[in-house]
Amino acid sequence: MLEIAIKGSKNYWLWIVFLLAVIGAGTIAYIDQFMNGLMTTGMSRDVSWGFYIANFTFLVGVAAGGVMVVIPYYLHDYEKFHRITILGEFLAVGSLVMCILFIVVDLGQPTRVLNVLLYPSPKSMLFYDMIVLQGYLILNIVIGWKILEAERNQVEPPLWTKPLIYLSIPFAIGIHTVTAYLYCGLPGRGYWLTAILAPRFLASAFAAGPAFLIILCYIVKKFTKFDPGWEAMQTLSKIVCYAVIANLFFFACEIFVVFYSGIPGHTAHLQYLLFGYHGYHALVPWMWTALILMSTGAVFLIIPQLRNNKTLLPVTCAMIFFGAWIDKGLGMISGGFVPSPLHHVTEYAPTGPEIMITLAVYATGFLVLTILYKLATQVKEEVLG
Amino acid sequence: MMKKSRRSFLKVAGIAAVGLGASPASNFASSDISLPVKSKNKKVLTAHRWGMVIDTNKITDEVVESIVEACHKNHNVPDFNHEVDEEKFPKTRPVNHKQEIKWIWEEEFHNAFPDKEDEFLAEKFHDLPFLVTCNHCKNAPCIQACPTQATFKREDGIVLMDFHRCIGCRFCMAACPFGARSFNFRDPRPFIEETIPAFPTRSKGVVEKCNLCAERLAKGEQPHCVEASEGAIIVGDLEDPESEIRVLLNEHYTIRRKQSLGTEPSVYYVM
Amino acid sequence: MNKNYIITGLIIFALAVLSPFWFNIVTTTQAAPEPELVGKAKTEKKCVLDKYEMRANHMSLLDEWRDSVVRDADRMYTAENGHSFNMSLSTGENSCLGCHEDKAKFCDACHTYASVDPYCWECHTNPKEIK
Repeated sequence: MLEIAIKGSKNYWLWIVFLLAVIGAGTIAYIDQFMNGLMTTGMSRDVSWGFYIANFTFLVGVAAGGVMVVIPYYLHDYEKFHRITILGEFLAVGSLVMCILFIVVDLGQPTRVLNVLLYPSPKSMLFYDMIVLQGYLILNIVIGWKILEAERNQVEPPLWTKPLIYLSIPFAIGIHTVTAYLYCGLPGRGYWLTAILAPRFLASAFAAGPAFLIILCYIVKKFTKFDPGWEAMQTLSKIVCYAVIANLFFFACEIFVVFYSGIPGHTAHLQYLLFGYHGYHALVPWMWTALILMSTGAVFLIIPQLRNNKTLLPVTCAMIFFGAWIDKGLGMISGGFVPSPLHHVTEYAPTGPEIMITLAVYATGFLVLTILYKLATQVKEEVLG
Repeated sequence: MMKKSRRSFLKVAGIAAVGLGASPASNFASSDISLPVKSKNKKVLTAHRWGMVIDTNKITDEVVESIVEACHKNHNVPDFNHEVDEEKFPKTRPVNHKQEIKWIWEEEFHNAFPDKEDEFLAEKFHDLPFLVTCNHCKNAPCIQACPTQATFKREDGIVLMDFHRCIGCRFCMAACPFGARSFNFRDPRPFIEETIPAFPTRSKGVVEKCNLCAERLAKGEQPHCVEASEGAIIVGDLEDPESEIRVLLNEHYTIRRKQSLGTEPSVYYVM
Repeated sequence: MNKNYIITGLIIFALAVLSPFWFNIVTTTQAAPEPELVGKAKTEKKCVLDKYEMRANHMSLLDEWRDSVVRDADRMYTAENGHSFNMSLSTGENSCLGCHEDKAKFCDACHTYASVDPYCWECHTNPKEIK
């Protein structure tokens, strides 16, 4: 089936070459990081996780968001999603590839990464993260491939894919819950030590994932002969709407709990993020932008005329996606580390090499996504005539 | 004819491979009777649970300086203020002081004990230097977090780093409620003024922190900070009711950092 | 395709794949070096393991030793021959480098020849190399 990916239009190949160029540039930056250590990044003793882990956290959410098309179709026979479940599954694959790459580029000693498997640590959340991420990746690759293959050959997919599909649903919830558990079980980090972190992660994931999927559907409709279906996109937009409202509501709950109780260990972080702390305010404009983007996006999705506006919808989805990225990516990490456990402030911003490597990882994910989507859309074009 | 002989060839080859694989194992099983023994040095200092008491009344700025120097120097902790020897380490990139490494250092009261913020704190505590380091907690969150057990708790209570196993994920740094851990963002060697061969340096990409001078305790010697402290710091067995440290804890009121988190730090401060 | 072309191609491929060996045969005349025992190793003749076992297994021995020292806090090794050693690469008189005093003639001789670059020395220091 992969031979489909090597036959494409001029635009297709231009896009692929562009992605490869970005990957190449990022690889050069990574080689420098590998040889000289993480000193090429903007991370510090106080902010020991940065852009890589931020993007990892966000992309785990996007991967989990794929489940929002699987559940309605496979559990509730929602026919409108029939044509796009494969797109959701392949989006999960692309996101997971990026997640795993972000972890690898973040490691100080990446050649020792197998130690996690050689010396299993059942008390460590990173151990479970590795298991569920790999598991979900393999599940989605196998399920997506087999179903696409079956569709191409105009037969029913093999029976054993059904239990795997059902298994992928708790796995999807699992990957993001475990990722949230990385953060919310640490006693020393007031911003993260909250039970609502896992629900918030999931809400933001179910907003960002389907929002991105809607944008991808637009791209697929424009560049291929496959039409995912306007009705499917409409349903997805309703899912995004409720998810982003939930995310904002959970954030509001956080704000209330923290500021009403007034415990300094907790207020300091939200104060830093939203209003600045002791003169340090690098993230304040970002956080407010995120809140405005997500709220405006929510409004645009609530009002039916705006939600059903075909030109406005992708813009709204991009707003929500970007807002969720700021909130979960930049806000989560910096908010947790600033101020430090000793109440010092060290601000963080990614360096050039760090951004370059991040872009290369994104390009790799998009490359995987492009190839898989090429397969999916081509097969669907063939089959649907 | 071809199929049958190929199949039988593969069968024979498979059995031969298993047989060849088994021979080193059988060699091993039939090896020597007296096996080598690994044990501790006779002078070793042991404990059920190592703890430390810092008498803040005896801590002055000079004592702090000599303690920090003794610890960092003897453990080859890089000093980013140190000017790099251009000949030995050409083309060393400029330093980022935010990526510093420190095992023990001084803080003001409100930084060392942020949960004890007090508007009307006694004057003398405002400027007093407080030494902070790894607390070797009994329920250390860093040990829970480490996915490879590169950070682990030894049977004598010391929270130790296995630098060989650390993958540099820095999860332990996120987990530590006391900010006790540092990461080697770069190769530390250019910044070590005088390499002490008795203790290894670390390579880039691993996390490090106070190790309660496990290598000194193994030889029956006191940790470097204790020796340099002029009596301000002592270490001992918290679970031995007759140890010097328990006597001290019995005589004085002590506090620990962020006690309410339940990590059970083993470093006590006599106020 | 012509059978001759195929066979010629295969021969060229075989030669190309074996080229590192031709290169070494032509440029290097030495055989594998013998590690030299100097100083205490030569005089004391107290060995951790016998020569052949060490040559084959020193890697896993060092691996065991480092787990024993770091994780189990056991630093003394009593060999089968009754002699005790400090399970340390470079620290003290009873360590590896304590007896095998010349790293270049002992460790590096074989390692350089075999193109082996153990990362031990990224952290552990050779007392003699510190100026």
